[in-house]
Amino acid sequence: MTEPVLSVRDLHVEFASRRGTLRAIDGVSFDIAKGEVLGVVGESGAGKSVTGLSVIGLIDPPGRIAGGEIHLAGLRIDNLPPEEMRRIRGKRIGMIFQDPLTSLNPLYKVGDQIVETIRTHLNLSESAARRRAIDLLAEVGIPAPEKRIDGYPHEFSGGMRQRVVIALAICAEPELIIADEPTTALDVSVQAQIISLIKRLGRDHGTAVMLVTHDMGVIAETSDRVAVMYAGRVAEIGPVQDVVKNPLHPYAKGLMGAIPTLAGEDKRLVQIPGSMPRLSAIPRGCSFNPRCAFAFDRCRVERPEPLPRGAQSVACHLYDDVPAESVA
Amino acid sequence: MLAFTLRRAVQAIGVMFAVGIIAFSMFRFAGDPVNQIVSIDTSAAERAIVRKSLGLDDPVPVQFVRYFADAAQFKFGVSYQFRQPVAALLMERMPATLELAICATVFAMVFGILMGVYSALKRDTVLAKLFQAVSLIGISLPTFLIGILLIYLFAVTLGWLPSFGRGEVVKLGWWTTGLLTVSGLKALIMPAITLGLFQMTLIMRLVRAEMLEVLRTDYIRFARARGLTTRAIHFGHALKNTLIPVITVAGLQFGSVIAFSIITETVFQWPGMGLLFVQAVQNVDIPIMAAYLLMVSLIFVTINLVVDILYTVVDPRLRSTVGRAA
Repeated sequence: MTEPVLSVRDLHVEFASRRGTLRAIDGVSFDIAKGEVLGVVGESGAGKSVTGLSVIGLIDPPGRIAGGEIHLAGLRIDNLPPEEMRRIRGKRIGMIFQDPLTSLNPLYKVGDQIVETIRTHLNLSESAARRRAIDLLAEVGIPAPEKRIDGYPHEFSGGMRQRVVIALAICAEPELIIADEPTTALDVSVQAQIISLIKRLGRDHGTAVMLVTHDMGVIAETSDRVAVMYAGRVAEIGPVQDVVKNPLHPYAKGLMGAIPTLAGEDKRLVQIPGSMPRLSAIPRGCSFNPRCAFAFDRCRVERPEPLPRGAQSVACHLYDDVPAESVA
Repeated sequence: MLAFTLRRAVQAIGVMFAVGIIAFSMFRFAGDPVNQIVSIDTSAAERAIVRKSLGLDDPVPVQFVRYFADAAQFKFGVSYQFRQPVAALLMERMPATLELAICATVFAMVFGILMGVYSALKRDTVLAKLFQAVSLIGISLPTFLIGILLIYLFAVTLGWLPSFGRGEVVKLGWWTTGLLTVSGLKALIMPAITLGLFQMTLIMRLVRAEMLEVLRTDYIRFARARGLTTRAIHFGHALKNTLIPVITVAGLQFGSVIAFSIITETVFQWPGMGLLFVQAVQNVDIPIMAAYLLMVSLIFVTINLVVDILYTVVDPRLRSTVGRAA
């Protein structure tokens, strides 16, 4: 296999607070290959966004990467000097944020913002950058781009603004796009368009995509692989079909059980009892054990490490030494 | 846009009308003007003649209409103490006040914005904390005290700068300026700092607070995620957004600068409108007081209007909503 575009190994992110150090990310590892879409799911506070921000080097103090390594196409980027990391942001890693309404500077024309970004990273003249900006707007599906390029952000609808944001994220042909809940703030009808746009761009340009969301529907539709995060750790990771159809980790099972189906069965949706622990009160052993129906003594003492199981990888004691056939 | 400007202009005229009523009523309620003009041993018959010649025996509404019509043409009557047209007196002194006010405002804006931006970007440095501490002093010390302290230090003790007056002035048509002579410039320094210090600290604190606020916004985070240079983010994206509220405050403060110049002009014996006004109060020279009131209100109203229009120039969002509403 060729080298992955993004490789995260044993990442730890800590936030210094008055009540001591909080560990937001606790040993996360995953890879994303060229052209692959990795979906990252989990409840709010599971560490999805923080993972994305650490990859692009935008963790704000008091947060810091406390351990582990991040490699972008073989280059270690978690310890680069700020100026070198800045050159990578926008050029080799593009980022899309959740709320398109607040992502664009309201005082600048969208075209100026795109041209500025292009000219920061590529050695193009003003007019060449402008032509490229128009092409980009056309590519992300904005009608009459040569006219809209001189519009201000407030003159665009939410969905159109997210398209502009995507154009900004891809304007220097990055190898990796981190999309942090790109559809959460949008209408359902627009969500599908944005998702298929991201998918198409990834396919056409061979861009790797890290898609952070809590929407399992979006993941199922878009991703090649999916990572389920819980309390700062990856509970389960694997090909999207396997994880959705046959989740192994009890938490992943709970998540998949909570997806309503159109089949119209009169079953109640499964609920996971309780809520995710606060960062200051992560339980000993497996952090999911207080909410887990299958927890046994070992889960309350020893933390499970991720172990491969078929194409999937799961961090759960249930699978430590049980042969695959006996798993329900 | 045009409709918006017109609507604001009509509102401004309304405000000026209200101020005119107040200015006019000063004549009615602040003593009998005739008594101010004549001496104690003037006979009743002579008083009646003076009264008639000034039109003070006409019905009040007639007097008001006449006063307002005159004021609209910048005729504010004759000063009781100088026996000269008030308009001429004000015109003669206006350049001094405006020069002082503009220099004070420029000083306040330049240093206020620089210090504000610095203390927002380098929040934890010693210098930034020093700025914060100094700004507290600037905001809490009264103007006259700062003026007197400056005079004591730079005029009395060190002897570097003159303690009063405007220095040599050059005439440019009806305008007199102290900006072209060395003594005029030297004389301007302390009054301008005294007058501008409060605004400077105000602008500095405002810029700092706004800048910190703007730096937390999503579009700044997104700008960082796009790999823009720190310089472009701070001075292109953040500063422009910071300046919107600063324009309002600085603009509105320009009116107060002119109004507050009364104190500074008194401390430095600066020959401007403020000093004229203080002398007028001491001598119950109502025409000057009324005219000064009208002038200052006119300046205030004009500035408000200009700030409103400037707003729409800076912020494209307002431009279109204003356009749509019109």
